[in-house]
Order: sequence, then structure tokens, then C-alpha cells
Amino acid sequence: MLTDLYIFADSPLHRTRPGIKIGVLVLFCTLLFVFEGWVTLALGGVAVALCLALSGLRARHVVATLRPAVWILLAIFLVQSYLVDILFASFVVFRFAVLILAATVVTATTRTSEMVDGILAGLQFAPSWVPKNQIALGVSLCLRFIPLVLSVFHDVRQAQRARGLDRNLTALLVPLVVRTLKTADEVAQAIHARSFD
Amino acid sequence: MNIEFADVSVKKGEVTVLQDISIRLSERRIGVIGRNGSGKSTFARLFNGIEVPTSGKMLLDGVPERKNLRRHVGFVFQNPDNQIVYPIVEEDLAFGLKNLKLSRNETEDRIADAMRRLGIDHLRNRLTHQLSGGEKQMIALVGVLVMRPRMIVFDEPTTLLDLWNKQKFMATINDLPQHVVVVSHDLELLRGFDRILHIEAGRIVADGNPVSVLDNYIASSQC
Repeated sequence: MLTDLYIFADSPLHRTRPGIKIGVLVLFCTLLFVFEGWVTLALGGVAVALCLALSGLRARHVVATLRPAVWILLAIFLVQSYLVDILFASFVVFRFAVLILAATVVTATTRTSEMVDGILAGLQFAPSWVPKNQIALGVSLCLRFIPLVLSVFHDVRQAQRARGLDRNLTALLVPLVVRTLKTADEVAQAIHARSFD
Repeated sequence: MNIEFADVSVKKGEVTVLQDISIRLSERRIGVIGRNGSGKSTFARLFNGIEVPTSGKMLLDGVPERKNLRRHVGFVFQNPDNQIVYPIVEEDLAFGLKNLKLSRNETEDRIADAMRRLGIDHLRNRLTHQLSGGEKQMIALVGVLVMRPRMIVFDEPTTLLDLWNKQKFMATINDLPQHVVVVSHDLELLRGFDRILHIEAGRIVADGNPVSVLDNYIASSQC
């Protein structure tokens, strides 16, 4: 799970300022698309592998990160194989995997609160009408509430199964959305209660 | 410290949730009881300004207050999952303090002090969604305590807890030096309180010591 990925350690990557990590990540991803080719991708892959090792991530973390994306990567591979060829499909899928793992390096070495600080630092020159604190908090809440929404999803699915509704998308989505919105309401109140303006 | 509700009413759309509440509260342990939908959660949310009166005023120590109520009154929700904002305990506890713009040293001192006092220092670097229900409720409480409010309001804080965690949590509440308001259906928890308010249909229908109010409440439920 994404939020399980923060690794408690004191590596150089943990100590690097979050703004720098986010900036390098954006630059790295851009370069992989600008300088398209196997050589660039291989170099990128090696760089990401080194960073993963440096940040203390183990093989099981890498597998856990890529597992949810397997079906999407497989679909991309099939479509690209059909539209272009297997070599290009392999290239696209490998590039996606490298991008996902590069993002993992950042989430594994950056606490959410540090990421918020990084986003705030990045937004410091934005015009005054830009709600900087709200944007930064919004990003952090997305990370925090992934497991919560997932647990609501499992609750709802089990409740619907108990009623014999195994494959009913509406029966699954409606309570999920309603409960998520209700939760969002209470979270907003809790944030307000903790002096967030 | 005293909080006063002066002719406070709350309307949501066409529905009047609370009507003409006038009451002054200065006791250290106040319990709030009432049926589901009676308006007690809305009443509790008025204390720290999460809910705002449609008419009437809230007074803190005799002075009308609106925005600053939350600086003095903390709020612990029924479901700690909805109160914990960050994925790591330590950074969640720092959230409120950051909003108060406290220095890093002051923030760390307050967190360490509050966690030590409740005996949960070992949770400091844990992921919040991996904690048990009891641990999460404790973290939610510490998140409020570090802000050093003068009063803490609890909205059905033990509903999701097992018997052991419930007793531990209530013992913690009883040891708090702050003024405490607890909304609860668990009447036994409120027996030792100084004052009990019984709310029905948006009005305070009984107000007094626990023995008389709770016994009448139980008797009315058996009619």
C-alpha cells in the first residue's frame, strides 16, 4: 500500500530536502520522455535501482509497489503490441515501471508532513490568491486516506456479499461514495477543530 | 473557566436541531445524554466552533467568542480514523501545533510530554492506520492534548472501543486536569461526573447531578 511505503531510516535520501526530491522526480520523469530510447531508459533504471537500494527498500517493497499496476501494465503491453510491436510495448511498460519506482523512492524517503513542506516551498512564489496550505494539505490527505477508503471499500463489498450482491457495481459504488463523502465531512470538521485555517 | 450558551439555536435547512439553549457551564466534568438524533452532537460541536449558532451567542468567560473557541476547546470525535490527518503518529500530533505556528522545539517537547503522560511513547513512529482502535483513540486524544486546551469535548469517545480500552480511555479522561464534556450513551461512564445534561428534541429537558438525571433518564426509557 502506498502509505505503507515510508521507510524509517536515516539514509542520504531521507535527509535530502523534500522540495529537491520532488523537483528531481519531475525532471527525471520529463527526461525519460524527452530523450526516448533504450539507453536512456536503462540508465534511468540503474539510477532508480541505486536509489531504491540506498533508501533501504527491499525486494518485497518493490513487488508490493508494482503489484497493483500489473494489470494496467499488462493492458498497455497488449494494446501497444497490437498497435506497434512487442519491442515498443516492452519499452513503454518498462518505462512506466521505472516511473512508478522512481516515485516510490520519494514516498519511501519522505514523510507526508515533509512532502507538504516541499509543496509549500514550491508554491512560495505563487500569487497570493493560490490557496497554498489547502493544496499542500489536500495532497497529504490523499495519501493518508487511501487505506481508509480501501477499508470502506472492503466493508461495503463484504456487506453486499452477505446480502447476495456479488457483482453489482451500483450496490458497491453508491454506499462507498456516500460513506467517503460523509467521512470527508467529518475530516474537514476535525481539521478545523485542530486550528487549520 | 465557564462557557455560556445564550439563547442558542441551530437550524439545518428547515429542521431546528437545537432550540433556545441558555445555559452556563463551569463544572469540571459534564456529561451529555439523549436519544439518537436529539441534537447532542450538534450541542457538543458548538463548544469549539465546529458548529456555529444560527441565532444566539457563545460566551467564554463572559466574553462573546466565535473563531477563538477552538483555541481554548479541543474536540475528540467518535471515530479516530476521521480525526487523524497524517500517516505517521508523530507528524499527525504535530499537525495542530504547526497550525498554531509553534517552534520545532516546542512542538517536539509538547508531543513527547503528552505521549509520556499517557504512556504511549512507543507509538511515536508507527503508521496510524496500523494502530488498534484503542491506540488510535489515544492518538486522537494526544493530538488534542498537545494543543493544551482548557476544555476538551468528547463525542461518544468509547463507542468503538472494547471493554478494556473503554475503561482505560475513561480512566485517562478522568485524570485530565482540563474541563471535560463527554457525550455518551454509556451511562455508567458518567456516574461520577459533576453535572449531567439531558437533551431531547433540541432542548435541555433535564440538568443536574448524575444520580437524579441518569435515574430519570433510565426510567423514561422503560416507559
